[in-house]
Order: sequence, then structure tokens, then C-alpha cells
Amino acid sequence: MKSSVIIFPGSNCDRDMDVALKKFGFKNQMVWHNDDEIPKSDLIVLPGGFSYGDYLRCGSIAGKSKIIKSVIDFANSGGLVLGICNGFQILTETGLLPGILQQNKYLNFICKNVFVKIKNKENKYFKNIKKDVLELHIAHNEGNYFCSNDELKSIEDNDQIAVTYCDQKGNDDEENNPNGALKNIAGVFNKNKNILGMMPHPERMIDQYLSGEDGSLFFENLIGSL
Amino acid sequence: MKVKVIVTLKNGVLDPQGKAIQQTLNGMSFDNVSEVRQGKYFDIDVKESDEIKAKTQVEDMCKKLLANLVIEDYKIL
Repeated sequence: MKSSVIIFPGSNCDRDMDVALKKFGFKNQMVWHNDDEIPKSDLIVLPGGFSYGDYLRCGSIAGKSKIIKSVIDFANSGGLVLGICNGFQILTETGLLPGILQQNKYLNFICKNVFVKIKNKENKYFKNIKKDVLELHIAHNEGNYFCSNDELKSIEDNDQIAVTYCDQKGNDDEENNPNGALKNIAGVFNKNKNILGMMPHPERMIDQYLSGEDGSLFFENLIGSL
Repeated sequence: MKVKVIVTLKNGVLDPQGKAIQQTLNGMSFDNVSEVRQGKYFDIDVKESDEIKAKTQVEDMCKKLLANLVIEDYKIL
């Protein structure tokens, strides 16, 4: 299975993602944002970081970069596109995913492990993961998911909420909301569920000694379902 | 010609920075400040002498890049 990780100026989780994808069997290639085309891939990943220094709005400049047209074409033809953290912000700015990531409610940069509840397993990203709650890492200043009431109704009606912040037992209530995100939303799909954006970093949880292995479950499932 | 644009958060959208500024002003004894909303200002030099054409173009820029219409409004001055 071939994957491509797009590097923007300011990306800083691109190599972690490369290590994670290769560990679980992907033949990964790195693609520069100024390239015209993406080599043949089964999966495209937009990594975390601070593309273009978060100028204007997080992800807004990357969302207009040269390579993005190929990402949009690939996504619209049903290809799997995964955006983590800044990658999620870029996907909302391109319009591939609904809503936007605003500044965290309490104005602090949050860097810690959190639990997220998988809300929908009828997709390639989560379908064979046995656990319902994963422990993953977040590190962001703008992770406060927001969308209009109409849009929220639409994403709920179409089962587009992928993961929500929760406690170890899966209670995704206000008490377990780290950043003020609407309905504790930590990740969303597009309608067809081939595009996933999420704030938590699975690539940081792939080593039993350093971190924990719930990220491994994510990548094992992903390559297994392709 | 130069075109000036102001981008602000829509009414009802949480503005934590504005809130922090308001609380700081209150702490500095500006007790009568009840709300602050923070926005962005752009000064755009367009090589176009026709004002209507220039502003139409800037409006397109607002919709496509300068503002995210999910949470922001823009005003061309």
C-alpha cells in the first residue's frame, strides 16, 4: 500500500507520520507542497505542524497551495485523505471537511494525552478497531471545533462525527472537553467517510515504551482495511 | 488603488482573545468596557484605477481567502 505525506513549510509532524506509516507496512513517500502532482497513492496524509506560520488563519494558506488541487481531486474521486491537527485545519479551509478549528476556549496551548471515543466504525479508518476509547496525544492552540447549527445537524444526520473527547470510560461530556470544541468533537469525516480530519496525533502513540500503543491500533486497522 | 478591508468574527461566535482583552481593560480600571471583539485589518494595493472593479476583485478575495465565512464577516471600507 502506498501513502504520501505532504510537506508544507512549517509542517513538523511529517517525519513522525512517515515513521508510523512505514512501521505498519505502508510504502510512504514525501511530497513537497509546491509539486504539481502526487505520485500514485492509496492514502494521502496532511501532517500536523504550523504550515505557513499559521498566518491569516491556521491552514488557510496551505489550503491554497499548489499541491492542494491534486489532493482535492484525489479526495473527490474517493481516495483516502487523512488530516492530523494542522492537516485537519487545512482540510476545513479547503472545504473538504465542514466547520472550522478556532482558538482554544481558554487561550492556552494544550499538550497532553487525552481519551477519544470512536463514534462511527463504518469506515476504513476505524472499522476493525476493537476498543471504543483510544488514548491519543493532542498538541494544539486552535482545536476548538465549531460549525453552524445547520451544519451540525447535517454532520450528525450523516454520522460524520468521527471521534469525541471523553474520559477513560467514554463519557464525552463537557467535563472532558479540553478546548471548548462543539459537542466535544475531536475529528470529523466528509459525507462519504473517505476523508478524516482529527486533532489527536495517532503517530505519537506507536511505541509501547515511549507512549502507549493506541495509535498502533489505528494504523494497523488502516493498512488492513485498504 | 488601495482598498481597505476589515474582517470580524460573526455575532455569537466565541472570541476568547476579545474576552481576555476586555477583562484586562476592566482590570486596568476601564470599568465601563462591557465587550471587546477583535478583528483583522487589510490594506490591499490593487493595480486597478476603476474603484468598482477593484472593490469587486477584493470582494472575491474576501470570499476565497481573507475571511472564512463559517465564522467571519468582512467589510470593504
